[in-house]
Amino acid sequence: MARPFSVKRQRGFTTIALVCFFLLYLPIATLVAYAFNAGTTVAIWEGFSLRWFAAAWANTRIIDATLRSLTIAPIAASIATVTATMAAIAMTRTAPYRGLTFKYAFINQPLMVPEIVTAVALLVVFSHVKVWSGYSGLGYLIAAHTAFCIPFAYLPIRARLETMDLTLERAAADLYARPWMAFRRVTLPLLWPGILAGFMLAFVVSLDDVVITEFVKSAGQDTLPTYMLGQLRREATPEMNAISTVFLGLSVAAVSLFFFLSRKKD
Amino acid sequence: MASTQEIIRAAERRDVRNRWWLSAPALLIIFFAAIGPLAVVVLYSFMVKGDYGDVKYWQFSGEGWFNVLFERGLFDDTIGLADAHLSILWRSVKISAVTTVVTLILGFPTAYFIATRDAHRRDFWLFLITIPFWTNLLIRTFAIQEVFRNEGVLNTLLIKSGLLDRPLQILFTDTAILLGMAYVYLPLMVLPLYASLEKFDFRLAEAGSDLYAKPSRVLWRIIVPLVKPGLIAGSILVFIPSLGAYVTPRLLGGGKSLMLGNLIELQFGQGRNWPLGSALSITLTAIVMLSLLIYVRAASKSESNHG
Repeated sequence: MARPFSVKRQRGFTTIALVCFFLLYLPIATLVAYAFNAGTTVAIWEGFSLRWFAAAWANTRIIDATLRSLTIAPIAASIATVTATMAAIAMTRTAPYRGLTFKYAFINQPLMVPEIVTAVALLVVFSHVKVWSGYSGLGYLIAAHTAFCIPFAYLPIRARLETMDLTLERAAADLYARPWMAFRRVTLPLLWPGILAGFMLAFVVSLDDVVITEFVKSAGQDTLPTYMLGQLRREATPEMNAISTVFLGLSVAAVSLFFFLSRKKD
Repeated sequence: MASTQEIIRAAERRDVRNRWWLSAPALLIIFFAAIGPLAVVVLYSFMVKGDYGDVKYWQFSGEGWFNVLFERGLFDDTIGLADAHLSILWRSVKISAVTTVVTLILGFPTAYFIATRDAHRRDFWLFLITIPFWTNLLIRTFAIQEVFRNEGVLNTLLIKSGLLDRPLQILFTDTAILLGMAYVYLPLMVLPLYASLEKFDFRLAEAGSDLYAKPSRVLWRIIVPLVKPGLIAGSILVFIPSLGAYVTPRLLGGGKSLMLGNLIELQFGQGRNWPLGSALSITLTAIVMLSLLIYVRAASKSESNHG
């Protein structure tokens, strides 16, 4: 080989890496391509068409499910972010105390227990609560989503609090700022990027959730992911490709935005 | 005038009050919508199964736990091993372990490749890994499902190229689940590996090379030992969600190839055996917790070894 010697070179690694990238994107590319197929199968290309996007747009069940997803995610993510911020402050801006580790484990519990287990546990409890209370609205889904969103919101906020310069908050206190004033004028503006990251994370996690939603939802409460799961269990139509493509486009946009913002800072 | 001591004591009291009041809402939500229900499941696993799902309240029995591993004969009271459950349990552990190994073999070179690019190119490759990571799991599973289908891309290509004369049945087999899981969880392996490799000081590799170590020896004796925390983190991040996977085996294994997550669902659905489902759930949680514990032990050990 004519290439100059480099200690970083490992035989075959570049090939494996490029194959990996190819394999990661091949299925996604196929999925997107067939969303624009005029035909009804995913094997034969019959020309370019937007008919499946139009079909999805005209499907009231899909629109309903999307709106439901977009109702639950902001509410759950907001409650999770506010409560997680409060908890993170209570757990960093204080002397170490007994019960701190316990609280930490408590808050991260939804990350440690498999989703399917939390899902059946909520099924068991909520199915009884539904009978006793007679209420079967979106409240259950919002409660369940909020609970598993809290650790996702908590982690970036806590990370930010831990790296923040404490002297600014001490200076505010020295200048007779009451605790609430110091929080609002000093801590909160500095903490803002962490809160935003926490909220975005919680929002995406709530929007993507399938398993817990599938077990907690009452009849007619499909979110977009559970609707898709129901369709994919049967023979999927290219309508699913169209929805997935839109969903994918949003993910790419969100990740690009996040990447761009975080790079600008450096 | 209050003395300094009183002021300090008042501040301390406020601190104690705040630390509970401020964290109370988060703790309460998690208690009512996650930990509490989990405790109920533990309780349910010790109750008698109801005739149409649910349980008979406050009638306790070990039947749920007994059924995890054993079963009684239909007509007599002979006791045998519950082969179906054991094979599903074994399949779950096996598929998760193989998925971890496959993602490790593919993910390590990929992370290495990204970490050894020039700084300004690195972001591009990292971005390419992050996109699938953030894409809904359901969509990625759907994508791989379309590839495996009998009339899907893979089979069409194989038939057109003359390698096969009729479609190969990939979907609804263990192989499909395995490949699908490796596909879905690969980014989870690459990201922590990259984080470790990025911090690796390549002057160490250079030193090894100067001392006449071949590249493979540099890899195994210098790089791998130093990025071990990343290797462990990536493996645990893939192994744990694989073990409890529900969506991917459901869509790629059909109703035929079940994993533990699907078996649990079955007991709460058609099986109508909630105590057994509860016992299986606790079993799965226990295995996951055990893996996490081993991980924490291993991580703190490798940290103390290398500073």
